[in-house]
Amino acid sequence: MTKVKSLADLKKMKETLQSKIDLREKGDSAENLVQIKVAMATCGIASGAKNVMDFLLEELEKRGVNAVVTQTGCMGYCYAEPTIEVKLPNADPVVFGYVDTKKADEIIEKYIKNGELVDGIIPVNYESIDNK
Amino acid sequence: MSKYKMHLLICGGTGCKASASDAIAEKLKAELAANNLQEDVQVILTGCFGFCEKGPIVKVLPDNTFYTQVKPEDASEIVKEHVIKGRKVERLLYIDPTKKETIEDSKQMGFYRKQMRIALRNCGFINPENIDEYIARDGYQALGKVLTEYTPQETIEVIKKSGLRGRGGGGFPTGLKWEIASKNQADQKYVVCNADEGDPGAFMDRSILEGDPHSVIEAMAICGYCIGASKGLIYIRAEYPLAINRLKIAIEQAREYGLLGNDIFGTGFSFDLELRYGAGAFVCGEETALIHSMEGLRGEPSNKPPYPAQSGYMGKPTNVNNVETYANVPPIILKGADWYSSIGTEKSKGTKVFALAGKINNVGLIEVPMGITLREVIFEIGGGIKNGKKFKAVQTGGPSGGCLTESHLDTPIDFDNLVAAGSMMGSGGMIVMDEDDCMVSVAKFYLDFTVEESCGKCSPCRIGNKRLYELLDRITKGEGTMEDLERLRNLSQVIKDTSLCGLGQTSPNPVLSTLDNFYDEYVAHVEDKKCPAGQCKSLMKYVIDPEACVGCTACARNCPVNAISGERKKPHEINTAICIKCGACYEKCKFDAISIK
Repeated sequence: MTKVKSLADLKKMKETLQSKIDLREKGDSAENLVQIKVAMATCGIASGAKNVMDFLLEELEKRGVNAVVTQTGCMGYCYAEPTIEVKLPNADPVVFGYVDTKKADEIIEKYIKNGELVDGIIPVNYESIDNK
Repeated sequence: MSKYKMHLLICGGTGCKASASDAIAEKLKAELAANNLQEDVQVILTGCFGFCEKGPIVKVLPDNTFYTQVKPEDASEIVKEHVIKGRKVERLLYIDPTKKETIEDSKQMGFYRKQMRIALRNCGFINPENIDEYIARDGYQALGKVLTEYTPQETIEVIKKSGLRGRGGGGFPTGLKWEIASKNQADQKYVVCNADEGDPGAFMDRSILEGDPHSVIEAMAICGYCIGASKGLIYIRAEYPLAINRLKIAIEQAREYGLLGNDIFGTGFSFDLELRYGAGAFVCGEETALIHSMEGLRGEPSNKPPYPAQSGYMGKPTNVNNVETYANVPPIILKGADWYSSIGTEKSKGTKVFALAGKINNVGLIEVPMGITLREVIFEIGGGIKNGKKFKAVQTGGPSGGCLTESHLDTPIDFDNLVAAGSMMGSGGMIVMDEDDCMVSVAKFYLDFTVEESCGKCSPCRIGNKRLYELLDRITKGEGTMEDLERLRNLSQVIKDTSLCGLGQTSPNPVLSTLDNFYDEYVAHVEDKKCPAGQCKSLMKYVIDPEACVGCTACARNCPVNAISGERKKPHEINTAICIKCGACYEKCKFDAISIK
């Protein structure tokens, strides 16, 4: 791995890396990538987030959905774990709560494949500092 | 891709479901079908919008229209007016309580603007095990900025000007702390992160380390530059294995990128980090005890001065800050002191992370600007009290804090206001209690915790807290006297005045605050031998109503101590002398014949 030798280096890295995260923020229909984040803090894992993540990784590949599944920290909705955030291209991210493998299957089939919203959405109720 | 042109989201949280949101969904679906729109408009039950007060909520996408207090009979109007004709149903729109204006777009609503994430900015957004994602979100830019553009003193000035105060609970100005450590000369200095987090009900530090470990690493390096330290230590309790693992990965990645180690950014500045594990002792959150624990000694506090900034780890100048404090530093450097100090109240700047727990609908992690009221946090963001019960008290600040009541709900939350109200910010644990909680038992619970966690070094804390616990225990058993209440108060004051460290100086707070705010409840235990909340087992009596009892024998068969007697098909009786008040009979009775007196 290359060392970051100067601040200019880091800024350059950020530019390239930002495009990767941009996919998550803005969506990129050309590549038709679906971004899924599984909340994997202690609360999530204790409620079965690991199983859900394994299921998503396996099933999305099997079903030929071009998606990126990543883990992330606590989203704050501890009462509804496991929670996942699904970001379809050109759409705002949607957070689903109480996701077990059955729910995950429904989310893949209905929401990810067809863009059909399904029950169990958790309304996002905060803003991050990027918007300020 | 989506075949639906419009979505109707209906809140399916507990509160709204109780107000017939299921019926609203059914009505909407039926109405859509009647107009042959079921293929174009989808009806979805969602999780709680948190805005339970005005529920049930119906939100229309894509235009974000937010209808409140919808009734099943409104369904047809929503479909006919909004869906078919595109006109909003004025009377169902949310009215801003302060401005008295109707708000059509939910993004403009106060509730949704109430949370603001600075310390949690990346938590739940990036992959904590991938440094690239942190860098893509401006990670390590703040470190680069101070190393190349600012002197250590200039950096300290930014932190001072921002008004950031320690988030571990003490609220000491962070910039000032750094300045003191920077002015003490030594061949070696240390930056320490306190990730001990021992407050019952608090989990924000763990969540930050699990969700965004690099933000803490970056801030510690910035602090190292400011005070002239090349070494950092993160003191974390061993019972946080996931946070430890993610920290290890993050430190390794930062080293590989050259963001930790020698000659960072080619500026000649060197800084590296190590982890130190704690055994999970509450007192080790106290600076001096924490440092002793890191040195391999017993985790006992020592007298201050000398402060760690003068003589800390291994006798060298040491700066100790809490996880959340550090997490605030990089955004302050990047966005400026003025940006940060524009958020919050006059003396408490920025945001605070709270771990909402207890009898509340939305248990979770929230970050709000200082100055928000307890009412907003509990009833708007937290979604109110579970199961429609009545709010009774909120415990803030962990074992060192106190219980606040209904009358404090409109207090703006900041360091000074909470102290003035008889509690404290603490690390941000917030435990909400309802009418079923006995305040004497709550005080006893915290004292039990303190007795367990006292290191034993000084006698007021070691012996005094034990005696406090015994007094409370007597009261919950109905054996207390009015003199005991006086003793509680006097002893509490002595412990506060004479204990060596913060643990003992604050441990009587739950007792004092409940005595102040719920004195009646203490008196009820002492004088009437009654527990108003029905929690204290010794004061309860199970009785069988002979009228309602049909003699099914279910209670007698399930009583573990054979305290219930009676013939089949005839009323039974409980022998209160034998009864252990386990409640098994109460659970089993199908005829509501057993009650608690």
